[in-house]
Amino acid sequence: MNELQELYQQLILDHNANPRHYGRLAECTHSAEGHNPLCGDQIFLELKIEDSCVSQVAFSGEGCAICKASSSLMTERLAGKSVSECKELFTLFHALATGEEDAAQDSAALGKLVVFSGVREFPMRVKCATLCWHTLMAAFENKNEVAVTE
Amino acid sequence: MSAVADITSLEAQARRWRDDFPLLEQKVHGHDLAYLDSAATTQKPESVISVLGKYYREENANIHRGVYALSQKATHAYEQSRKKVADFIGAKSFKEVVFVRGTTEAINLVAQSFGRVFLKEGDEILVSAMEHHSNIVPWQLVTEQTGAVLRVIPMTENGDLDQDAYAKLLSAKTKLVALCHVSNAIGTVNPIKDMIAQAHAFDVPVLIDGAQGVPHTKIDVQDLDCDFYAFSGHKMYGPTGVGVLYAKEEYLERMSPYQGGGDMILSVTFEKTTYNEIPYKFEAGTPNISGVIGLGAAIDYVSQIGMDRIASYEASLMGLAVEKLRDVDGLRFIGEPKQRAGALSFILEGIHPHDLGTILDMEGVAIRTGHHCAQPVMTFFAIPASARASFGLYNNEADIDALVSGLAKAKEVFKR
Ligand SMILES: Cc1ncc(COP(=O)(O)O)c(C=O)c1O
Repeated sequence: MNELQELYQQLILDHNANPRHYGRLAECTHSAEGHNPLCGDQIFLELKIEDSCVSQVAFSGEGCAICKASSSLMTERLAGKSVSECKELFTLFHALATGEEDAAQDSAALGKLVVFSGVREFPMRVKCATLCWHTLMAAFENKNEVAVTE
Repeated sequence: MSAVADITSLEAQARRWRDDFPLLEQKVHGHDLAYLDSAATTQKPESVISVLGKYYREENANIHRGVYALSQKATHAYEQSRKKVADFIGAKSFKEVVFVRGTTEAINLVAQSFGRVFLKEGDEILVSAMEHHSNIVPWQLVTEQTGAVLRVIPMTENGDLDQDAYAKLLSAKTKLVALCHVSNAIGTVNPIKDMIAQAHAFDVPVLIDGAQGVPHTKIDVQDLDCDFYAFSGHKMYGPTGVGVLYAKEEYLERMSPYQGGGDMILSVTFEKTTYNEIPYKFEAGTPNISGVIGLGAAIDYVSQIGMDRIASYEASLMGLAVEKLRDVDGLRFIGEPKQRAGALSFILEGIHPHDLGTILDMEGVAIRTGHHCAQPVMTFFAIPASARASFGLYNNEADIDALVSGLAKAKEVFKR
């Protein structure tokens, strides 16, 4: 049960039940769709970028608790950040979720996002947490293609 | 409850069957393994596992070519398996049994080899709304090549095929019906004998995707009168990488080869190649010899128990599972077909199937979550994914109880 509690932390359950920034933007400059073919998670991400900063962000779609909470916490985190700061966060988050590096030292930069450190114990679920971030990177490129976690 | 009474009398029996499967003895995350994903692949009995080892230790040689003793031994074992398959499914002759990689390859073979000869622009192929992707995509490929069109037999809300719609779809334009015996996503058993007879009234041949049929029920292809029947060894206690295409001789004779190469020819010059006889015409290259022999051992295994006994045990188990799951608050079955075998699909309110799968795994319960390679079924029920529990002859009431208490655990985790 410990690993499960580690994975499904209260913050994650809360953001799953009440996702922030959920919906569509009236106007957006960048958008992308993300799809995790293994489990059917599918999200749409919309951004309004002004002066190289994310001024508005919203996501919609269907996914598991990890995917939804990750999207919600990500969008909460992005508002007001510059594109290059967001890209740095992507790298940090990716390292945290996959356990590639000791992310502990960067926990200050990641803030609340460290709740996802539990997913590294569940290799099949890492992609659920990273899908929104991959989608974010695709949105920055404004490539009109579906981002996948593969 | 009659289902409960039946099951206790059979339970002791099943416990002995379970002992034949060494893998099931293991613990997962500290719990007894409740393996409920046999629709994806079944576990293998010791007799199948040991035959594979014995083959490589004592019989390995290429088949149909060497004159030496070892090659003859391997060839004999390989061809014995073909006879076993023919007997097992009630084929008229071993010539109607083509060894392939699995159901997927069997269907692709028919799509291409039948399609090239029999299909032209404007012809129609009927598939059903509950097919696995492997009984959809090969037909889409062949429609692109020939200009034939794919039509879909719709499904009702409870997950049965709409028989009235089927009757209306059949016409002089129909050239083939391709249909699953048992749905892997919802467990529906289709009334295939009746549907085959209806198609035959229009002189339309029928391919049955039997991947989920063969493991759960006795098959008699002559009684069904199907023209093609495809199945996989690994879903019926045999090895992976081997499967069977049963096809009536009249079709195999007229179909063009699927792949070219060794073994499928009688003579080759640069001007002209004469193809081998059926079924060898469809078996190009060195086949999965050990796999075929292992499949033979799997057939021996289930035959020794008896398919009818397996079917009746599994039916009681399924009845019990439905009964116990119905009592779970917030659980909704995806499809409640008239007749069900092997698998049942459900969702639990407020918990995504993927989260459920992870939590159940921590409790030692292995189920499948996702779209089950049947995305149109998920679309039909307007869900992104479902949880699926599926059974084999080794499952028992304890597995079902583990599933039910795992669901309670999932609710607990999500309620915090
Ligand atoms: C109904 C059905 N058809 C076809 C297949 C494909 O079988 P295989 O992957 O063994 O070729 C499956 C396996 O999941 C199935 O359940």
